[in-house]
Amino acid sequence: MTNLQTKKEPGSVKDIKSARFAAMTGNNAIAEAMRQINPDVVAAYPITPQTEAVEEFADFVANGKVKTEYVAVESEHSSMSACIGASAAGARTITTTSSAGFALMWEMLPIASGLRTPIVMYVANRAFSAPLNIHCSHDDTMGGRDTGWIQLYSENAQEGYDNMIQAIRIAEDQSVRLPVMVCLDGFIISHSVERVDLLDDETVRKFIGENKPPYHLLNVAKPITIGACALQDYYTEHKRQHSEALINSKDKILQVADEFAKISGRKYGLFESYKLDDAEYGLVIINSAAGVAKMVVDDLRGKGVKAGLLKPRVYRPFPGKEIRDALKHLKAIAVMDRVDAFGAGRTPTFTEVASAMYGLEKQPLMINYVYGLGGRDIRLEDINNVYEKLMDIAKKGKVDKVFDYLTVRE
Amino acid sequence: MALSLKELSKKEELFSSGHRLCAGCGAATTMRQIMLATEDPVVISTATGCVYVATATYPYTAWKCNWIHSAFENSAATISGVEAAYQSLKRQGKIDKKIKFIAIGGDGGTYDIGLQSLSGALERGHNFLYVCYNNEAYMNTGIQRSGATPLGASTTTSPAGSASYGKKVFRKDLTAIVAAHNIPYLAQTTPAHWRDLMGKVQKALAVEGPTFLNILAPCHRGWRVEMKDSMKLARLAADTCYWPLYEVENGQWKLNYTPKEKKPVTEWLKPQGRFKHLFSNPEYQKVVDRLQETVDKEWAALLKKCVVESKPPETETKTAPARDVC
Repeated sequence: MTNLQTKKEPGSVKDIKSARFAAMTGNNAIAEAMRQINPDVVAAYPITPQTEAVEEFADFVANGKVKTEYVAVESEHSSMSACIGASAAGARTITTTSSAGFALMWEMLPIASGLRTPIVMYVANRAFSAPLNIHCSHDDTMGGRDTGWIQLYSENAQEGYDNMIQAIRIAEDQSVRLPVMVCLDGFIISHSVERVDLLDDETVRKFIGENKPPYHLLNVAKPITIGACALQDYYTEHKRQHSEALINSKDKILQVADEFAKISGRKYGLFESYKLDDAEYGLVIINSAAGVAKMVVDDLRGKGVKAGLLKPRVYRPFPGKEIRDALKHLKAIAVMDRVDAFGAGRTPTFTEVASAMYGLEKQPLMINYVYGLGGRDIRLEDINNVYEKLMDIAKKGKVDKVFDYLTVRE
Repeated sequence: MALSLKELSKKEELFSSGHRLCAGCGAATTMRQIMLATEDPVVISTATGCVYVATATYPYTAWKCNWIHSAFENSAATISGVEAAYQSLKRQGKIDKKIKFIAIGGDGGTYDIGLQSLSGALERGHNFLYVCYNNEAYMNTGIQRSGATPLGASTTTSPAGSASYGKKVFRKDLTAIVAAHNIPYLAQTTPAHWRDLMGKVQKALAVEGPTFLNILAPCHRGWRVEMKDSMKLARLAADTCYWPLYEVENGQWKLNYTPKEKKPVTEWLKPQGRFKHLFSNPEYQKVVDRLQETVDKEWAALLKKCVVESKPPETETKTAPARDVC
């Protein structure tokens, strides 16, 4: 397995034909990717902070910029239901949502993956109620991590754009045939303007290719039954096949990333390793906060502290072995999540990473923080405090408190 | 296709034998008639319910057409997606075949949990037929009451007991709710009136835009009648005017069947075990009276709405604005 790490290759993008730069919000960038993908069907319902993406896409439809049949459904339950119908009918299908919308379609998420419909969904991560909050937590997609979908996380608008385009290829691959969700931070990224490096339409069209479903509902010559019930006698085999397809999709995700690097100059892996090779202290942190943390890493490196960072991109399938290999030499690790797993006393990513580290002869010391709930800012000094804590526990050789909330009023 | 038994006997059964629905099931007869009435290829979406679990248990299927089930409350939303895919791919020249779309749900999946999904799909103007096979309770899971269950019926969640006469509220008028969506065609019928049912399926499928059939499909298990009597009960429902056969075409209400003699509703109630308690306790005579009053009132209101009385429908093609009004 190669290309596990994102390697920035500054300048290489100049060699890419027709690349163009634009100032865009995360939602703009996703909508632009959707326009270039030009799906057969989009069924979506507006919800903050994803709304701008569907509005913009509706505008593309209204102005004849896409060939898409846009189904303006009456709820997210119906958006995912319609996407399942459309995808089962052989259409390239996309939807978008956030938070409560994600929760409302929840019933349909394992059905979409269980029926092996290669739907692509953009999720602008947003906190669950109550109390109601429209800003970023990872409650929605972290809660849905075991619904049988592939999950790709994105630090910024660029990564969201790039992940959307790759998601189509991954989902529709004959060896995968699974839905993919592309997640980025609501408001922090969905509404912030950044510079985005766009591919030209033709390059995207060639890269994603044609959707070639092996069977579908509109093939009159070969009728099929989709969604039969399977009880004690066959259910387990269906689940096992699903499980294997998801685990095996890792190779395809890496292959698609390699091909994407050729057209974009941007290289993606299962996760990004930032100054981790010789690091002693490391963070595991997802999405936009990783950007802040990288600045702190740079600052600490300037002071001679061997700090590093690992930013998961592919969360399902979870690359446990690769993450273990990337982290096992560290002295101390802080796993930080923008979500709590209530009552577990550990956050989802901590549990995953700790499980991946299980069995190592010499395990790094590990601590776990909940941070940034409901869009609360995570500042440079907050991250710096976490590294100081790591240095402290490494020095003491033990962890006094594994789990805590960062920046909270006590 | 002419709706004669001679012609129909030559047609391939797309809803095949070997399914696991009960002998005497009104829904099974309904499905068979629907599929016999289709001419173009169809894609079916089915809500969770009796018709789902008994016709598509892996690795078997009773459906000799393209068919999908995804969940309980979303048969209409699921077919919306299939139909949207068809519109998109057809527009792009990737499909040239004429294909029709039918969503199927029981009364639980239509009157209750699937009402929003149905309403949304009707409003959006998808080109599809929605069929509600209405057996007046959640029969698949053991006869729980639904929004279609009549007043006074004893079900497992509205049981008659020493302090209750069964369901204490009236059924809702779903057909009227659907009519309020101003779709081009909708109707009520029963499988005992097979020519009426099949004619309505053909008429609905010939129309551009969303169409709807509410089909009273007796369930002998839930109604507590003998299995041989399902069709008899369906006929009695029409003859007592408890379940009138009518259609609403482009806003015009038409009565399709007027009983020679309007029978008292007790003739429909008495054979059914679910109403037995109403006749063993004299106190409950008032419930029977209320049922009769309501049937009379609704029948009179329907007659007022029906400006034309028509024979069983012809199968001419009608079009009405649906997806795009301009």
